[in-house]
Amino acid sequence: MTTAGTVTGKSYDQVFCGLGEPLDLKRAQVEASRCFYCYDAPCIEACPTGIDIPSFIRKIGNGNVRGAALDILGSNILGGTCARACPVETLCQQACVREASEEKPVEIGLLQRYATDEFFKSGEKPFRQAKSTGKSVAVIGAGPAGLSAAHRLALLGNSVTIFEAKEKAGGLNEYGLAPYKMTDDFAQKEVAFVMSVGGIKIEHGKALGLDLKITDLTSKFDAVFLGVGLGAVNRLGIPGEAAEGVLDAAKFIEKIRQVKDLAKIPVARNVVVIGGGNTAVDIAIQMKKLGAEFVTIAYRRGVEQMGATHHEQELAQTHGVLIKTFVKPVGIVSANGKATGIELEYTALDGAGKLVGTGTKFTLPAEQIFKAIGQTLDSENLVASAPDLKFQGGKVSVNADFSTNLAKVFAGGDCTGVGEDLTVTAVQQGKLAAEAIHVKLGGSLESLPNAVLGRGN
Amino acid sequence: MADLTCKIAGVKSPNPFWLASAPPTDKKYNVERAFKAGWGGVVWKTLGEDPHVVNVSSRYGGVDLNGNRMMGLNNIELITDRPLEVNLREITEVKREWPERAMIVSLMVPCEEESWKKILKRVDQTGADGIELNFGCPHGMSERGMGAAVGQVPEYVEMVTRWCKQNTRMPVFVKLTPNITDVRIPARVAKAGGADAVSLINTINSIVSIDLDAMAPTPVVGGKGTHGGYCGPAVKPIALNMVAEISRDPLTRGLPISGIGGIGNWRDAAEFISLGCGSVQVCTAAMHYGFKIVSDMTDGLSNWMDSKGYKNLDAFMGRAVPNVKNWNELDLNFKTIAKIRQDECINCGLCYIACEDTSHQSISVTNRKYEVIEEECVGCNLCALICPVDCISMVPQETGMPYLPWTKHPNNPMRVS
Repeated sequence: MTTAGTVTGKSYDQVFCGLGEPLDLKRAQVEASRCFYCYDAPCIEACPTGIDIPSFIRKIGNGNVRGAALDILGSNILGGTCARACPVETLCQQACVREASEEKPVEIGLLQRYATDEFFKSGEKPFRQAKSTGKSVAVIGAGPAGLSAAHRLALLGNSVTIFEAKEKAGGLNEYGLAPYKMTDDFAQKEVAFVMSVGGIKIEHGKALGLDLKITDLTSKFDAVFLGVGLGAVNRLGIPGEAAEGVLDAAKFIEKIRQVKDLAKIPVARNVVVIGGGNTAVDIAIQMKKLGAEFVTIAYRRGVEQMGATHHEQELAQTHGVLIKTFVKPVGIVSANGKATGIELEYTALDGAGKLVGTGTKFTLPAEQIFKAIGQTLDSENLVASAPDLKFQGGKVSVNADFSTNLAKVFAGGDCTGVGEDLTVTAVQQGKLAAEAIHVKLGGSLESLPNAVLGRGN
Repeated sequence: MADLTCKIAGVKSPNPFWLASAPPTDKKYNVERAFKAGWGGVVWKTLGEDPHVVNVSSRYGGVDLNGNRMMGLNNIELITDRPLEVNLREITEVKREWPERAMIVSLMVPCEEESWKKILKRVDQTGADGIELNFGCPHGMSERGMGAAVGQVPEYVEMVTRWCKQNTRMPVFVKLTPNITDVRIPARVAKAGGADAVSLINTINSIVSIDLDAMAPTPVVGGKGTHGGYCGPAVKPIALNMVAEISRDPLTRGLPISGIGGIGNWRDAAEFISLGCGSVQVCTAAMHYGFKIVSDMTDGLSNWMDSKGYKNLDAFMGRAVPNVKNWNELDLNFKTIAKIRQDECINCGLCYIACEDTSHQSISVTNRKYEVIEEECVGCNLCALICPVDCISMVPQETGMPYLPWTKHPNNPMRVS
């Protein structure tokens, strides 16, 4: 085991530079000119937050970047992060009619990034809390769902208190997205932008169950929004999992994101990542960038079943990561309590389409083994905090308006059983829940169209 | 291989592609580069009397469209700003060294016979093949009673043309301004004055844009701007119409035409020739891409002519003229209907919203499938023009109805039976 300090010849700034060059004005305008300005555009339908994509692209093309940015931020207050982290190739860009006609969609993600980055440079804070409704709402969790809910609630005139267990706000934007996607402390800048609406305060170090009880909150606030995300990690359930060097990918990324001196991050010569999702790709690329020599992603099914998009898989491969499919971990090899390798077994689909082990095994050397096999709701704390809260499939059960079975309690984001576990989906659910809460508390949404365009309330 | 040899008003050139009188033909250096690249001829940038004019700095303004640069160009340059002597010497040298290329000299002097006599005598001695009278320049010179100021007064056009014909051996091309209401009038008087050919169009009076920071027209000259001459791809439709008007006017039919206006490739050239042009003149495209573009022009025209079986330019020159009619001669019983080729449709919905918002509500939509409501479609072409993947065909319908022009239509109170 060595540390990242062995990265030579390049500065960490270079190693961690963001993915895909951002567009400059000229390139943004050329790309914008490729948009057909479709009627009833499929890309809008494919965006979980329903951003009017043709409209913002046309505005970029016509030099109205402020208008473009407000089109985006009015629908998705975390549009800056989504421009970096959204799997656009399975959302808006997959729906783009240019994808159908020439397999080269308009670069919607890059254009969104251009518009939001340029707008943020201006330092303008366009959103203002409306005249007070006198209502107060508690938001649990300062991740994408919580921030989105808080912003929309404040915009509509409610006062909001966010309770966050961690030191910083941002949730996965701050702790979970791979650093190479979120350079330059972007998540914290975005949090500051969200807070600039006014009427939101954040109390850090307050975790549900440990420090807070939902019943206390419902008596103190007019409504409660749960946006706690997924805190627990799935286990491999194989012998030797406790060995040193067997790590949780999400937690490790969190560590990289927060560490002051990147040179202190331990980096193995041989790294194996178990899993097939975007987190698996994130950690694999990240370790490669930090200097790991051999990085292998081991996935139990084929490339088609991988949660990581084709684009992400390609990214891993061009970074020199080997993707090994149809293998499953069966044991950790260790010496003196430290992992030295992982034993894998080939898998295959049987006649009924069920995945089975073939009995043929092999061992890969690995001093670091990352588990990236999905996260689950840390329901222990939730249950302790609200024994009557209803769950479904291990996640918080919500109605169409994101209300839960408890009076005054709403939920959104990854902790609920609806929608994909994506930042953009969490933003939308937080937004819709906020509007439902506002209406339930006797408010009206009449002022929204102007408010989201930064024209006051 | 098709013969591209061009002969117009007694002037010969190896191909019909000439550089128009403009900055690219201002001096020997440029013209020789053009001839080396393969241009068939040039119209030397307009000569005037000494002392030569003075030009401003900041001379051109452009119009971009959706990231494409210079769909239109305007300029506020005047005629040559070099001494007459220098130009005449260089013209002589170039003509001597490139005898088979067409050398036309553009001229603009005050509206007095003596001035014209004097300059014609000197141009005669250069060995040039012809002269072109610049009656078109819409800025700078017109305020001094030259250029468009002459071209807009039919009597002057005829008078100056006659003076020139009486004072030179060279064929006279009269360059017409489009900044008038009916281009046939100056063409008719040019012919009456003895013109051997007309050249058109000169540039269109224009302000291409306002610089919203400087609050002044572009090109901005020290915080101010002025109107200039507009050219480039954007003006081609205007030029084609004016050429067609002259070609089909019984009073000017057969008058040789050198076509000008937005010509950038062989197809543009073929269109002008099909409307009766004997040669074509190019400027903006060369200024945009350099002289090399002539290789595609000659090559493309030749290949197209081969594919159509046209052996030489005469074989298709003017072929489209009989099909240019007045509106009241068009068949009102002709019917065409839009047809969307569903397998090529990318579901952008632009045809639908155009028809729904601005036309005849003849396209239906169900789950992003767009279909033409045939009984509502008036065959306007809008959807077909908009479709970004060109998957809409306009299909002429067999109506079984006879030819019916407006002149005979029952709704026309003035109809003739």
